Amino acid sequence: MISEKLAGRHIAITGATGFLGTALVERLLRSVSDCHLVLVVRPGRRGAAQRVEREILRNNAFNSLRDRLGPDGFAEMAARRITPVAGDVTAEGLGLDDQGRAALTGCDLFIHSAAMVSFDSPLDQAVEVNLLGPVRIARTLADLNATPHLIAVSTCYVAGSRRGAAIEEPVDDSPFFVKAEWGAEVDAARRSRHEAEAASRTPEKLASFRSDARHYLGAAGIPALAAKTEQLRARWVNDRLAEAGRSRAASLGFPDAYAYTKAFGELALAETSGDIPVSIIRPSIIESALAEPAPGWIRGFRMAEPVIIAYARGLLKEFPGTPEGTLDVIPVDLVVASICAVAARGPIDGPDIIQVASGTVNPLRYGHLVDLVREWFTRHPVYDDRGQPIPVPEWSFPGRGRVTRQLERAGTTLERAQKIFELLPVRGRRAQLGARLEEQREQIERARGYVDLYGAYAECEAAFGLDRLLALWDSLNDDDREAFCFDPRIVDWGHYFHEIHLPSVVQSGRVSMSPPSQGGETRSSRLRRQVLSPDRHLAAFDLENTLIASNVVASFAWLASRRLDSRDRLRLVARTLAEAPALLALDRRDRSDFLRHFYRRYEGAPVDQIAEDSAEQFSDLILSRAFPAAIRRVREHRALGHRTLLITGALDFVVEPLRPLFDDIVCASLGIDDGTYNGRLRSVPPTGEARFQALTDYADHHDLDLRESVAYADSTSDLPMLEAVGFPVAVNPEVRLASLARKRGWLTEDFAKAGGMTNRLLPLAPARRGA
Amino acid sequence: MTNGRHPAPRPGFVLDVDRNTPPILFHHGPGFRLEKLPAGRSRVIYPAEPLEGLPDPEAAIRHALLNPLGDSAPLPALLRPGMKLTIAFDDISLPLPPMRRPDIRQRVIEAVLDLAADAGVDDVHLIAALAIHRRMTEDELRHAVGDRVYDAFAPKGLLYNLDAEDPDGMVILGETPHGEDVHFCRRAAESDLVVYVNINLVSMDGGHKSTATGLAGYTGLRHHHNVHTLRNSKSLMDRKNSALHASNWRMGSVIRDAGVKIFQIETTVNNDTFGREGPLALLQKREWEWTGRDRAQFLAMRTGLDVLPSNTRRKIFDTWQAPYQMTSVQAGEVEAVHEVTTDNVYAQQLVPVEGQTDVLTMGLPYICPYNVNSIMNPILVMCLGLGYFFNLYRGRPLVREGGVLVMSHPTPWEFHPVHHPSYIDFFEQVLADTTDPVEIERRYEKQFAEDEWYIHLYRTSYAYHGVHPFYMWYWGSHALEHLGRVIIVGGDPAAVRRLGFQPASTLSDALEMASDVVGPQPTITHMKNPPLLMADVT
Repeated sequence: MISEKLAGRHIAITGATGFLGTALVERLLRSVSDCHLVLVVRPGRRGAAQRVEREILRNNAFNSLRDRLGPDGFAEMAARRITPVAGDVTAEGLGLDDQGRAALTGCDLFIHSAAMVSFDSPLDQAVEVNLLGPVRIARTLADLNATPHLIAVSTCYVAGSRRGAAIEEPVDDSPFFVKAEWGAEVDAARRSRHEAEAASRTPEKLASFRSDARHYLGAAGIPALAAKTEQLRARWVNDRLAEAGRSRAASLGFPDAYAYTKAFGELALAETSGDIPVSIIRPSIIESALAEPAPGWIRGFRMAEPVIIAYARGLLKEFPGTPEGTLDVIPVDLVVASICAVAARGPIDGPDIIQVASGTVNPLRYGHLVDLVREWFTRHPVYDDRGQPIPVPEWSFPGRGRVTRQLERAGTTLERAQKIFELLPVRGRRAQLGARLEEQREQIERARGYVDLYGAYAECEAAFGLDRLLALWDSLNDDDREAFCFDPRIVDWGHYFHEIHLPSVVQSGRVSMSPPSQGGETRSSRLRRQVLSPDRHLAAFDLENTLIASNVVASFAWLASRRLDSRDRLRLVARTLAEAPALLALDRRDRSDFLRHFYRRYEGAPVDQIAEDSAEQFSDLILSRAFPAAIRRVREHRALGHRTLLITGALDFVVEPLRPLFDDIVCASLGIDDGTYNGRLRSVPPTGEARFQALTDYADHHDLDLRESVAYADSTSDLPMLEAVGFPVAVNPEVRLASLARKRGWLTEDFAKAGGMTNRLLPLAPARRGA
Repeated sequence: MTNGRHPAPRPGFVLDVDRNTPPILFHHGPGFRLEKLPAGRSRVIYPAEPLEGLPDPEAAIRHALLNPLGDSAPLPALLRPGMKLTIAFDDISLPLPPMRRPDIRQRVIEAVLDLAADAGVDDVHLIAALAIHRRMTEDELRHAVGDRVYDAFAPKGLLYNLDAEDPDGMVILGETPHGEDVHFCRRAAESDLVVYVNINLVSMDGGHKSTATGLAGYTGLRHHHNVHTLRNSKSLMDRKNSALHASNWRMGSVIRDAGVKIFQIETTVNNDTFGREGPLALLQKREWEWTGRDRAQFLAMRTGLDVLPSNTRRKIFDTWQAPYQMTSVQAGEVEAVHEVTTDNVYAQQLVPVEGQTDVLTMGLPYICPYNVNSIMNPILVMCLGLGYFFNLYRGRPLVREGGVLVMSHPTPWEFHPVHHPSYIDFFEQVLADTTDPVEIERRYEKQFAEDEWYIHLYRTSYAYHGVHPFYMWYWGSHALEHLGRVIIVGGDPAAVRRLGFQPASTLSDALEMASDVVGPQPTITHMKNPPLLMADVT
């Protein structure tokens, strides 16, 4: 009996926070009485015990166990049977402390299921985890003089990309294995990291990241720019290493870096395991549970899901593969059961390798899978954000090259369109069109990624031998077969996909599977409701293009022209228009430099006269260019009891008439000498990061929680302010902010000027008559 | 001067439409439509031709000031050194469209100021009696009172717009027997004499309403500017059957009893709105009298207007100033003066009409009292049609109860953000919720009326008061109650529906839709207005 043989054992497990690991922990706790689990998890910020509690035990896999024991009973059982240990397979000695070492010393079974399963992870990280992880475990156990049965989870795809039988034999026994030293692979991977890091820090490269960051953010201030630049650099390094991983894997005949590092991990473990008895479990593609802990249970976004959902969304119109080909999928509970069976059986002499796959005994034909998916999504269509069902495309099984070319073409066209859009000075609805383009391009890019990564699997025609697995199955008695079923022949693929897997995929992918109910809430109105919840504390507003369609230049032109005769007015217009390109460029580079430079023009302006003229300007310029809906929104916030704040780089006398609209105004102001303005700013104008600072200072001073606050702004230069609050709102955003807002799920508002007002290029004041 | 050169003006009359009747010109905002009305069951009410103006307006004014009506001494006898004199005058909403210089107010005010100067009066304030209308701009004030008066008084702060929300500037003079607060401009209340200068464009204007409404704020206005009163003003153009006026008359007594001495000056104008000559002259000609040149000119004008953007079209129309001529001036005690004035208004505008109609059609022009130099927003379209034109009757409404009103106007979803901020919110929030005047009054009026932001904009910018759109809606409440359906031809469908009306793209569609309510082959009456006419329905 499996459960009896495992009862009372001390079992160490790595990778318990993962998909397979969580299922394994659940099964052992539920089906094996009194075994004790030592869970080796990376401590992270919260520490191992917290992570076990939050990331493992709270998972819905434990629902039935929790129901059976009650919350208190469950907690008590977990405390009694689980020892969390902080450890990391990428650290020497697994990074264990004394307690951890002691806990491991007492274990007689060690299940290593930690892996870097992402198919496009950076080469060096994949090597550290997948290749060196098992080696470090073996060495650590040797240091502890412990010789537990080590069960290492690998993958069937260590066989490489090939056709025909792939049997349960050591990697290097295969005639197709290309010989290479695992030590050399490790060195090369580490070198790649150094090289990529060095390459990313050349002045040229850094300048290019900086320019990309500026392109992305606009004049958002230096700290924001620096953070973005560094983020772009790190991403570039990782992309290069992922690329390095893909090409090294391909050069050795593996579909990707995962299979490649796993294969060499097996080799390295064989060389370094010494006295430790090792069994290797090789599952194929692990998918949602057939029955346990619950039908359809899944954790994380697995390999096939993105593809399936991309298809259901109509993004992936074609996918490479042959209809006769086999997609080797195995439900997670079968893998867990086989691990338990191997553990109960114990180590054997000689290489012990067991493959858990379906392809040879119960093949899922690619054509069949496509039919199943198509049928299901035809019956249960996914709905787009406008509430329209998306028709699923016909699948024509083209070669990989054709699909990639198609996607590339579409991607390039969209990229060009998007670039053009970004150059256009568009806002609001049109800018959102631009954001849509960007989204589509990203979707294409993602689809291309799937094709690159998973195409190899769909095209893989290796048949994974299951002799040992089936022999093990045959050795079980009926009770064990009932309790620990791992026979891949029992899966009915039609039932599995239609009733179990696809419903689970769309649920965990949070795909919209029903049309919005009549009068139901759209995404915008839901976000708007959150923004206008009485729970909010503060609503901060930018001025230009958020409340009014105007800017400091227009404001100056109006005030300056107020007392000019017609000839001088013309001259002012000509001069301002001539300077416009330079001013615009300066504004794009640095907003506060621009304001400083521009506001010098007010030098010598009499304070009284400006105050009088500003009152007129309020009607003629500000209100006539205001967005009525934006003003209404400020008032709605006030009516809800939120504090309202205007934060703007505009000058105090310009915004003074807006004071009754807000609780407070933070704005720029000029110094005064002898009743005239001296053209110098009294303090740093609240733009970019200074605006963020002003906002946080204000919130601190009034004891308001920014996470419960709303900010309205129109441009990426306002990002620091928008990111500072819990509920950012992009108002008439330009393309870049529109796409950011879309991606981050921010509310986007189109506030328009009142219909029927004329646009003036440069607003001049109506000439004053009389004295 | 054109006096004496014209043949005797013909009175207004009702034309029965037959097969030979040419298409009738409909006003359509800043534009026009030519519409063929069904023969045999349609009629068109034409306004009278413009009466002759007074040959010497200055002399007539002086004569009126020296020979007051009713229980009043001549103006010079009321003026003495050291006294406080306040001259209040009608605001930008009168006349419509604004008249060519010199404005009647300028002539009258100059005459009054001459007498005041002769009497040694040096404490004089001039106040635009705008109640809760928007403040007048410098240009508008200059146009109304003339540059000489403006330059003499405005820079010293002696010529200004009423601020009915200034807590220090307003007083409560008392209460009427009906419990109505009489809210009044403090400066006027504390003056030894208030001279009120009217331009009585329609029969609704003047009388006690000049001061009781013009110099009051929300506190006073709410007693008669409400749904109940206006539903009982049948019509508000007919003083003796108007609950609105009854309330103002009660307030007038309280003002008089509080010791406020009012010297009322009322003036009437002819209806030479578009000129006997010039580009718009054919708007006051009868269609069958159009010459070939008129036809060509009309076509050219319409084609030209069609290609212009709405802003530009509006600006072109905004520049039009009417060559109105003063037809009478009378001064003295309020009620005596107003009786004479009303007769003089009727002399120009009243047209006898026999019997009511099933369907009333009207072409709404580009202007109403509240969009001078501004935008005619949908709420103003409603108010002009249902509040003003519908009420231009004496006796019975032109259209029978349960009948249909068909109005022609583009009704764009456009608002002037400076002049009409609370209208925007009224349209977006209140009308989106309900169009029932009683509900609107009950649930929203107070909130808008007391809103600090609207009050700020009314006092410092050029905004109508927050409550003003409500009054526009109430103005139409008698019509809303009376009518079975309202259809707007050629309007923005979304805006029209928001008003609670039905959009139609052509007049024949509208008449088709109307027959759902009033049955097939309904009688149709077209009110060809402006130039202004008032139907005397028997």
